[in-house]
Formats: sequence, C-alpha cells, structure tokens
Amino acid sequence: MAQDTTEVVGELTEQIGEGGGMPQLDFANYPNQIFWLAVSLVIIYFILSRVVLPRVSSVLAERQGTITNDIATADELKQKAVEAEEAYLKALADARAEAGRIVAEAKLEIQAELDVAIAKADAEIAAKAAESEVAIGEIRKGALKAVETVARSTATEIIKAVMPGAGDAKAVTAAVKSQLKGA
Amino acid sequence: MAEDILGAGTEGADIVSAGPEFHPMEQFTLEPLFGGHAINWYTPTNLTLWMGVAIVAVILLLVVGTRRRAIVPSRTQSVAELAYGFVYSMVEDVAGKDGLKYFPYIMTLFIFIVFSNFLGLIPLSYSTTSQFAVTVPLALLVFFTVTIIGFVKHGIGFLGLFWVSAAPLALRPILAVIELISYFVRPVSHSIRLAGNVMAGHAVIEVFAVFVGVSVFIAPLAFIGIVGMFAMDVLVAFIQAYVFTILTCVYLKDALHPAH
Amino acid sequence: MEGDIVEMGKFIGAGLATIGMGGAAIGVGSIVGNFLSGALRNPSAAGGQTAMLFIGIAFAEAFGIFSFLVALLLMFAV
Repeated sequence: MAQDTTEVVGELTEQIGEGGGMPQLDFANYPNQIFWLAVSLVIIYFILSRVVLPRVSSVLAERQGTITNDIATADELKQKAVEAEEAYLKALADARAEAGRIVAEAKLEIQAELDVAIAKADAEIAAKAAESEVAIGEIRKGALKAVETVARSTATEIIKAVMPGAGDAKAVTAAVKSQLKGA
Repeated sequence: MAEDILGAGTEGADIVSAGPEFHPMEQFTLEPLFGGHAINWYTPTNLTLWMGVAIVAVILLLVVGTRRRAIVPSRTQSVAELAYGFVYSMVEDVAGKDGLKYFPYIMTLFIFIVFSNFLGLIPLSYSTTSQFAVTVPLALLVFFTVTIIGFVKHGIGFLGLFWVSAAPLALRPILAVIELISYFVRPVSHSIRLAGNVMAGHAVIEVFAVFVGVSVFIAPLAFIGIVGMFAMDVLVAFIQAYVFTILTCVYLKDALHPAH
Repeated sequence: MEGDIVEMGKFIGAGLATIGMGGAAIGVGSIVGNFLSGALRNPSAAGGQTAMLFIGIAFAEAFGIFSFLVALLLMFAV
C-alpha cells in the first residue's frame, strides 16, 4: 500500500518536473536523497578516519622527523667543519710561531758565531799590531844604532881628514852620542 | 493555454516556436538509475551514482594515491597531504587546539563537498551538492552537533553566547534576541549558500547553452559566456567547500568558547 | 487573460528579485576592496585574515544567492 502511494507520488512529481518546476523542492524525493547522503558520508568518514588520516599524519610526522634528523646531521657536520677550520688555523699559527722561533734561534746562533769570529779577528789583529809594534821598535832601535854607527864613522873619517892624527875614536863616539841624544 | 506558453514547458515551445526552450532546472531532476518512475527511499538514482563516483574518487586520490607512504611524495600523495594540511590548519586556526578532536568529521564534510562540487562540473554529470535535500541535512548536522557540543561542554553556560557581556546592560536583551535569531538562521544560510551557488552556476551555464543554439551570431558570445561561467564555477566549487568548512569551524569555535 | 497577468507578474517579480544580486555584488566588492586597502597598508598582517575575508564574502554573497533563489522560485516553483 505504502509502495503504491510512493509510486503514485513519484509519477506525480515527474509530471510536475516535466512542467519545469524546481526538482530541489520535490519533497517526495527527500528521503531517498537523505538516505544516500548518509550512506556516502558514513563511507567517506570511515575511509578517511580508518585509512587516510592516520596514514597521512604518520607520513607527515615521519617526514618531519626525517627533516629534523637531517637538520641535526647538517648542524653536526657544520660543527665539524668549524672545528676542522679551527684546528687548521691553530696548526697554521703554531707553524708560524715555530718558524719565528727557529728564525730567532738561528739569528742568535749566527750572532754568537759572528761575535766569536769578530773577537777572534780582533785578537788576531791586536796580536799582529803588537808584533808589528815590536818589530817597528826593533827596526827603530836598529835604525838609531845604524845612525850612531854611521855618524861615528863619518865623524871619525871627517876628523881624520881634517886633522890627521888628531883626536881619537873615544872622544868621537862620546860626542856623537851626546849629539844624538840632544837631537 | 496561456500558462502553457509561459510555463517554460515543452508544450509552450510548440506554440511559441520562435523563442528558445529554457530548461535550466531540468539537469537537477532526480531519476532512478534502472528505469521505472518510483523513487523509494532506497532506490538507486543518479544522485546515488554520482555520490558513488565521489567515493571512488576519494578512494583513488586519498587511499591509492598515498599507498606508498613516500617521504618524498608523488603528485597524488602531495594532493592528499595538501588537503590534510589545509583542513587541519583551518580547524586549528579557527576552532583552536581543542577543536582538533573534531577534525575527522570536518575533514569528511570538506572532502565530500569538494569532491561533489568538482564532479558536478563534469558535463552531463549530476551535481549532488545542488540539492537542498543534500545540503540542508549537512547544515542541520553541523547545527545540531555544534549545539549539542556546546551544551555538553558548558551546560547552561552555553547560553552566554547570546548574552553579549560587552554591550550596555539595557541593550543586552535586544542583542540576545538578535543573536538568537542569527543563531537559528545559521543552518538556513549555511545550506542555501552551498546549494544556491552550485545551482546558480549550473543554471546560468544551461541558459548560455540555450543561447548557443539560437543564432550563429550569438553563439560565439554565448560560448565565451559558458567558458567564463565555467571558470567561475571551478572557483566557486572550491570556495564554497572552503566556506562551508570554515563556517563549520567558526560555529564549532562558538560552541567550544561561547564567551563573547 | 488572468493567467497571462499571473505569468507576467512572475517574470517581472523574478527580474526584480535579481536586482538583489547587485546588492550582493556591491557588498562583496566593498569587503574585498577594504581588505585590499588594509592589506596594502599592513601586508604582513593580511595573510592571517584571509579566512575572515572569505567568511565575510560568504555572508555577503549568501544574500545574493537568496535573491537568486527567490527569482528561481518565482520562475519555476510558484
């Protein structure tokens, strides 16, 4: 009976529909549409809540985790790079200091050697100078003696020539000596 | 006689043969899938068919598309993730952190409406969201759920939503009446907005389509009109789903935090 | 003859009802225009307010849709 009624209503509404009414306001069809709407909503709700949402949220969380990990790793690597650079700079500074030290040491050594050499040379020069002085003194002494000898012999000869037989060698020698001392 | 002429019916066209036939609302007619005329509450109709297509599309895009669970997503997977993130941030921003409990329901609404809207744009398809029988239950569902949540969470304190404590005392009863009316108008505007927008777009396209057949000179213009309206409808299909969802979030926020 | 007048009234009413859509257009334009002018003054705050923009548009537009619906009702359902 109810079946018949709905059929009649359906036919009636279709006739109205042919007349160009608004199918949206055809209240006889509402139970049908609401029923299928409910069915689809429930199906979509279960698809979403049982499958899609957990899956997508887990994927997003996983990706977030991966990104966080990657950023942490990158930070670590960066830290390492900074450390390596520091070590390199330190090594460079050390090497530079070492080089400076070696240069200073070498300089000192050379200075010492130089000093020694200079001192030695000075000593040698002093010795030579002393020797030379002695030699010069001797030569001077020799020269004075030679001058005395020459003067004496010359004076003797002159005296012999001027006054033969006069005077004697002793007087001449004394005279020359006094003369040379006075000169 | 006269009613036949102006009733925009098939009979009218015979008499006024010069004028075009307009059946902009005929595309929304509910028809049984397997012949016959009777539409019982269980009869599979074209509405059933296109809701089924929507469900299949949901399965294809959201279930099959994400089955690989890739860290670097494929195209379909990133669409699914985009939809998830879009609705999730909407619920979080508008309804607040405690609204996230209702995220699956709001996501269901959004996915159902957005898929129905876009499938309705396929030529010769049946747009399910243009039916008041579809959108009114949706809006009533939201309305009752939100009201029940409000009363369960805050008891009688939920009525504070209508008592604007920021206003002067003398104005408060008047404002309470206005707030009460606007509260009960919510499901009306909520449902009619969605169905009306979708229906309007389809009906206008249909009218333009009639003009294509009228004359060779009007046809190009009408065709441009169809293309423009279609582009507009693509926009509207998304925006209306967005607006429906965000209004749901706003109503949910009112239920969770009724204080003004 | 009587039917003629009724039909004529239907069409005139439907046409008049569509004027309401113009009001909705003005409303939507006003909302978006004000949003834009505000957004250009303070672009950093604009991003967070797009949700409010769409809610406002939806409310304004709903009334245009109502008038359209009235037109449709007059044309096809009355």
